[in-house]
Amino acid sequence: MILAATAIAGLAACSGNPGAEGINDPYEPMNRQVHAFNRGLDANVIKPATSGMSSGGDKPGVGSYALQGIGNFGSNLAQPGKALNHVLQGRAEPAVKTTFRFLVNSTLGLAGFLDPATADFALPEQDTDFGQTLAVWGVPEGAYLELPLLGPSTERDTVGRVVDLVIDPMHAVLNLDEWLIGLGARAVSKAGERARFSDSVDSILHESADSYAQTRLIWLQHRRHELGEEGDEIDPYAE
Amino acid sequence: MTLMPNETRRGFLGLIGAGIALTAMPAQALDTAQASSLVQKSLDEVYAVINSGQPSAQMYKSFEAIFARYADVDIIARSALGPAARQASPAEFEAYKQAFQGYIGRKYGKRFREFVGSKIEVTGARPVKSFFAVTSVAYLKGRSPMEVEWHVSDKSGKSRYFNIIIEGVNMLASERAEVGAMLARRKGDMAGLTADLQKAG
Repeated sequence: MILAATAIAGLAACSGNPGAEGINDPYEPMNRQVHAFNRGLDANVIKPATSGMSSGGDKPGVGSYALQGIGNFGSNLAQPGKALNHVLQGRAEPAVKTTFRFLVNSTLGLAGFLDPATADFALPEQDTDFGQTLAVWGVPEGAYLELPLLGPSTERDTVGRVVDLVIDPMHAVLNLDEWLIGLGARAVSKAGERARFSDSVDSILHESADSYAQTRLIWLQHRRHELGEEGDEIDPYAE
Repeated sequence: MTLMPNETRRGFLGLIGAGIALTAMPAQALDTAQASSLVQKSLDEVYAVINSGQPSAQMYKSFEAIFARYADVDIIARSALGPAARQASPAEFEAYKQAFQGYIGRKYGKRFREFVGSKIEVTGARPVKSFFAVTSVAYLKGRSPMEVEWHVSDKSGKSRYFNIIIEGVNMLASERAEVGAMLARRKGDMAGLTADLQKAG
């Protein structure tokens, strides 16, 4: 882990300073190619495949309940990894609550398909990941990256994703096939989100003048907000 | 996939923000209580349109009217255009501003369905730089609560909103990038940009 932190710090040091709007994107030509691929994949495969997954509106269909269950199941298996990251960040309360959440949903929640922890125990998911742990440890964000299939990231978050897969405590409990099923359930749940947030995704990915720049800006702003790293407020009257 | 955690969170809130304002402000300067009540008042107005059951096209027009009445459209349009705003002639800028206003009304108005059955609670206000930031929480069906921050200023002579930040995602910065890209596509031609904005959103 320390090695990973050192590696990302080194990477971040290599990739220069943030430019306009606090965006540090020295790999833009490569990122744009990946974006074109992701966008084509979304238009031709993901969007058509997921359009039936969400019935939308006020009447959720059987399909959306099934999807919710699969999402819950995948998400539950991710909780031990999140608890570990809370610990690594020195945050005891979310670590304990995340652990209880995992125990409640694994038992009363029928292996995680249901989510009584949120509904009845006031233990909602407290999201985190190793990218955030690196941020807490003071590792700089590094350059912006758009990853094939996975979408927007940074050098720090990309290292975080890899480390999260390696340090997942569920490796101790599950064999590789079982662990991959959990990962697959999370991917299915992501695909369900594509359907639920269809209008928003279409607006950014397929309707904006420069979908690469919009995606990069919106993702970076939101990620920095999550990590408490957002920049200064804009004061257009002072410009 | 290429999903972002937050892609939905700007959307229609942009429009709701349009309602932030006072029509007839007292002479004294804006304070936190007034800034908060502006947000509350504007939210009530936008929800009234959402719940009116009008046809969509008519709703977009109502939203655009709220935006034009209550937002500082001039500063938002100017900021979105960036340095080109200083080079444009007054007539060019005015035409662009009108097109921009319609574009905002359609683009954010399209998202009203996400707000049916939702509520937004104003939670506080604080001074920031030369303006006020009003904080609120949006509760949308089937989603985690979202933090929504509204930036309100009386620098234009009236109290108006000029920016909305939803879970860190900033409407002004986002429209700067979008309008900048549209202008670049037209190689800096203002008339071309204005024509594109009239069709966009």
